[in-house]
Amino acid sequence: MLIKQLSVFMENREGRLKDVLEVLKNNGVNIISLSLADTNEFGMLRLLVNKPETAYDALKRNGFSSRLTDVMAVKLSHKVGMLQELLEAICDEHINVEYMYALSTGKDDASIVFKTSDLALAEKVLRGKGVEIVKPEEIGLDFE
Amino acid sequence: MIWNETKECMSRDEMHVLQSARLIKTVDRVYHNVPFYRRKMQNIGIEPGDIRGVEDLPKLPFTTKADLRDNYPFGLFAVPQSEIVRIHASSGTTGKATVVGYTRRDLEIWSECVARALTMAGVSREDIIQVAYGYGLFTGGLGAHGGAEKLGATVVPMSTGNTKKLTTMMVDFGVTAIACTPSYLLHIAETLEENGEVDNIKLKTAVCGAEPWTENMRRQIEERLHIHAHDIYGLSEIMGPGVACDCEYHTGLHVYDDHFLPEIISPETLEPVADGETGELVFTTITKEGLPLLRYRTRDLTSITHETCECGRTLPRISRFKGRSDDMLIIRGVNVFPSQIEAALLEMGETTPHYRMIVDRVNNLDTLEVQVEVGEKFFSDEIRELEKLSKKIEHVIQQAIGLAVKVKLVEPKSIERSMGKAVHVIDNRKLV
Repeated sequence: MLIKQLSVFMENREGRLKDVLEVLKNNGVNIISLSLADTNEFGMLRLLVNKPETAYDALKRNGFSSRLTDVMAVKLSHKVGMLQELLEAICDEHINVEYMYALSTGKDDASIVFKTSDLALAEKVLRGKGVEIVKPEEIGLDFE
Repeated sequence: MIWNETKECMSRDEMHVLQSARLIKTVDRVYHNVPFYRRKMQNIGIEPGDIRGVEDLPKLPFTTKADLRDNYPFGLFAVPQSEIVRIHASSGTTGKATVVGYTRRDLEIWSECVARALTMAGVSREDIIQVAYGYGLFTGGLGAHGGAEKLGATVVPMSTGNTKKLTTMMVDFGVTAIACTPSYLLHIAETLEENGEVDNIKLKTAVCGAEPWTENMRRQIEERLHIHAHDIYGLSEIMGPGVACDCEYHTGLHVYDDHFLPEIISPETLEPVADGETGELVFTTITKEGLPLLRYRTRDLTSITHETCECGRTLPRISRFKGRSDDMLIIRGVNVFPSQIEAALLEMGETTPHYRMIVDRVNNLDTLEVQVEVGEKFFSDEIRELEKLSKKIEHVIQQAIGLAVKVKLVEPKSIERSMGKAVHVIDNRKLV
């Protein structure tokens, strides 16, 4: 059960994040979660939005380089060591985590988003472990 | 001091006779030994007999860098390969290098010309000279080296790269002259200043070339190091450094026109322009054996005067270069064409991404940054992949132009387009 994430390439300079968000606003796209990775010269904005395809088209029209990437979201209960155990299961299969960020936190549980070197295998492994995988519609992704 | 007074101070009438005789021989030789020239002359209905003197020069066909490329590597050589004793090469407009070859006599004449230039700059056999041009395929190092040895000076073949060693030796050996690019000399000056060693050097003269510089830069060099700085010009196609140099009056660079016939033409009409008017510098070699060239278009823009100089030399003088009639850049003494960057990027994929070269001068050393737009094709949402990509582009460009380069990935459409065409070069170097 994969989620379409929108990744946007941005130069690391004043106003670029604002410009991206403006395009999303003007096209009625709502942001569910985001992560911003930065390097010296450029940044990578990763977003979960309610309308990924609409957002992608709008950004492309406005000259931004972006793409849709499959990621996975899982729900973990708020207990010490839950994330560590999840990673252990993934590492046992020699799967590498490319990046990870928080999706949301509740009183009893928290959700994280991540991309791995082998998403299909990761999904299989986690399902086997009984980990709850978040469905796109659960977090507010519209059917486009 | 004048190295070869007979030639450098010859009356213009006598020079005309000498040049005409040498030109006639050259034309005859290339017609019979270089199929390219024979075809070229036949195509415009010219035979060696039609060239009876210097005044017939405009009848001859031009030669361009593209001709050298098309005949890569040895196609324009006018002697059997066994007569060639040295090869040099510089970067061409595309992937292939421009290759030049010298006979033993060519090397002797080259040394003679450099010895004239060094003498013009006040260097003599009493001097210790550091040659700090790159040694190797580049003509700078070995060219200056040969002339300095011919002169009888004590030559220290430094090459480039180790400034600390250079300044240490400069102080320890009591070096009195140096040959290097002007920007490198400024860098050397800075190093000496930082170490408080300017007063410990015995340097009195510098012979700088291989890149464009200005009178202001000369003054800066002269004041900071308390020396005289001279401008030496050359290009590998014609010979290398030592085609022309300026004397102590600094009123233009004296061209050794007993070996290289200069013409100034309009780059548009290709017609010769009058003395004092700016145009493209064209050379015909009249003593070269290995690679004689007829009317080679240098793309360098300048003007010429045939008036006798205050120094007593009758050699014509060309003014400081005013630019180029093509898009070649000289970065750290290396010729770079935007088309090389384009070709390198093309290697990375099927279509060329938009790019822009930013040339700058930091601490007196030229820097080259290449900005490349990250389009859909290059896009990865993993930082690791993007960094790998930029390293790979750096490597490919470096391989192509032989210069370290920094690649910066930028957003699509962030590179300005003028009339729908990308502006490929921004040169921020302030030649002051």
